[in-house]
Amino acid sequence: MDLTLSDEQRLLRESVDRFVKETYTADRRRRLANDTAGFSPEIWKRFADLGWLALPIAETDGGLGGGAVEIGILMEAFGRGLACEPYLSTVVIGASLISACGTKAQKQALLPKIAEGSLVLAFAHSERQARFDLADVRTTAKKTPDGWRLDGHKIAVLDGSAAGQIIVSARIDDGRGKAGRLGLFLAPRSAPGLAARDFARLGGGRACNLDLGDVRLSADALLGDISDVLPAIEAAVDRAMAALGAEAVGIMQTLLDQTLEYTKMRKQFGRPLSANQVIRHRLADMAMQCDEARSMALRAALMINAEPVERSRAASGAKAKIGKCARYVAEQSVQLHGAMGVTEELDIGAYFKRLLAFDTLFGGSAHHYRRHAALGGRAAQA
Amino acid sequence: MDLSFNAEERAFEQEVRDFIAANLTAEMKRATALTPSVFSDPDIGMAWQRALHKKGWGAPGWPVEHGGPDWTPAQRWIFEAECARAGAPNVNVMGVKMVGPVIIGFGSPAQKNFYLPRILSGEDYWCQGYSEPGSGSDLASLKTRAVRDGDDYVVNGTKIWTTHAHHANRMFALVRTSETERQQDGISFILIDMKSPGITTRPILTIGGDHEVNQVFFDDVRVPVANRVGEEGKGWTYGKYLLEFERGSGIASAKLRDALKTVSDLARSDATGRAIDDPDIAVRMSEIEVDIDTLEMTELRVLSALQTGQNPGAVSSLLKLRVSEIRQAVTRLGVEVIGHDGLYVEPMRPLYRLNETPGIPEEMLPVVPEYLNGRAYTIFGGSSEIQRDIVAKMVLGL
Repeated sequence: MDLTLSDEQRLLRESVDRFVKETYTADRRRRLANDTAGFSPEIWKRFADLGWLALPIAETDGGLGGGAVEIGILMEAFGRGLACEPYLSTVVIGASLISACGTKAQKQALLPKIAEGSLVLAFAHSERQARFDLADVRTTAKKTPDGWRLDGHKIAVLDGSAAGQIIVSARIDDGRGKAGRLGLFLAPRSAPGLAARDFARLGGGRACNLDLGDVRLSADALLGDISDVLPAIEAAVDRAMAALGAEAVGIMQTLLDQTLEYTKMRKQFGRPLSANQVIRHRLADMAMQCDEARSMALRAALMINAEPVERSRAASGAKAKIGKCARYVAEQSVQLHGAMGVTEELDIGAYFKRLLAFDTLFGGSAHHYRRHAALGGRAAQA
Repeated sequence: MDLSFNAEERAFEQEVRDFIAANLTAEMKRATALTPSVFSDPDIGMAWQRALHKKGWGAPGWPVEHGGPDWTPAQRWIFEAECARAGAPNVNVMGVKMVGPVIIGFGSPAQKNFYLPRILSGEDYWCQGYSEPGSGSDLASLKTRAVRDGDDYVVNGTKIWTTHAHHANRMFALVRTSETERQQDGISFILIDMKSPGITTRPILTIGGDHEVNQVFFDDVRVPVANRVGEEGKGWTYGKYLLEFERGSGIASAKLRDALKTVSDLARSDATGRAIDDPDIAVRMSEIEVDIDTLEMTELRVLSALQTGQNPGAVSSLLKLRVSEIRQAVTRLGVEVIGHDGLYVEPMRPLYRLNETPGIPEEMLPVVPEYLNGRAYTIFGGSSEIQRDIVAKMVLGL
């Protein structure tokens, strides 16, 4: 039992902290907000040079074999800088799905490209009717003489327009016209029939909705074999939620720090706001919730290789708890900044919106408390 | 980073489990489960203390030269967690966890030699004389006076909310020995024999129906000056040192998990019509479980810091706040889970020695009293409002 950082982890944290501080200025963020790329290719290249894109890829696949804790260290810093690079889509989810499901040839073809920064990925899974049910997929895949044909609709595809390849989930037709097992398909962004409606994402970055109409893919577009990929999707989403939890911690801490500074400096009735007990107690609660979020993000990361039910309960528990804490910290940060907090003139709003996006992604607190309870059975067992 | 314990620690865990299996009797377990007050009755708690002492585990937090077991922080965590999981009683917290550390830190050699072995063996039972009717959160305004007369102090005044004063043979108390400009500077820390002439104890019944706390009156009570711990006028410093132990009693998640398991078992039983099938109750159960997971993780982070010689900081206030709130949430859910059976009032105590079979399943008896008594969790040991003041000052530097 040791929850302190190793020397390597400390170095990683120092290096990413420095990078984020130097790179992600408020000016830069405002400029990027109107940029249709959503992120900077130069920075992506530096991510690659620093080894961050290879971080979670297994050493046998040419990566650095890092784990969820290392991802969390990066994500927390990215949160402080409100980074918009497609790290979650490409590295946390994309590389994880390819590593879990891909054939040897697919891994060899794709993972080194991710590591060197030449391949950006997106994961097209969510559908309108499904809300947050990971098993609810109506997009279909039919075997054709020379490959596959995909039809359906996907929403909230993070970084879809920037991606070279999109990993699309679909029900594989069993040959008798019935939808069967869930499969993952690699679709080039430029595939005919694949129409993307790109939009600016709440809190920074881009996303798109996808229409797939008679999209023809080659036979090797199927990731791995035809075994059901739902467990791999659940594992990848749990990983994503742990990583997002760490990112949320970085955002919350920034909001707390800025609010603390502001309440010390801002004077009303002849004294700083922070001299009032009602404000001090609010700040104490915010600090407590930041710390609780930190505990839960770390817990989700440390349990990422546990058996699936335990892993998913930890991930859902973290998502629910951090979501609740994040909402409190975000809303109180705006409240304590007064009217200025509601304007675009301060950074508070940008951090607030990223936390709102965090809470929404993969389902909010209510959904994840329900998932936690449904996976229960051994609730409260020691 | 690693959440799991190493081979040595797992071996220790097994040793603790074996010890508990051999020494924690069914009677102790049942009594603990049916105790709705904060502390176990002394006959139950002290029986367990004697068993622990025999094994050399009577005071987990003490240094080895005073009879502590010389455990690492991880071992202490494992020990507390296993005791909670097994449903072991509380020992005399006021002795082992409160006055003990103060005597070790600031007591004279004579005081250490006399009192510490008696705490370990369970021969002495301690109560805490801090609060007064006029001094609750503003503890430093306390008025109980100790006036020097030869080799004695003559004590006059009153203490209140004194847990188990009616069982205790000793009290540690904060008393005013001088009037100073800063009221904290006039306070001393003294040890009082509860059999001294001039002490009377009045019981106070709590809303759960338990007699746990008291008011204690001092009428010209003579206390030898030799019973003062440390320097005159430094009592506030020692008292605060002790409160850090009280607040941070460190390892609460395992106890809370055990309490939630009791509620969860009830909710899954036919006796409650399987309350867990109500999706709202199932979700609230999950919310509390997640809160306990969070608390446990924070405790483990503190433990890790201690283990590597780092100072965890003012985290004890943070923990006290969450522990008390979670405890209240568990008891509130318990009341909802038992439904109509919560209307049944059992006035007799102790609940594990009733003369007649109760009208509801026995395991439901403590549920409502626990909720009612549990309102005190956010009040004693520094109310939640005071804890938030401390967090603002110590953690946020405001």
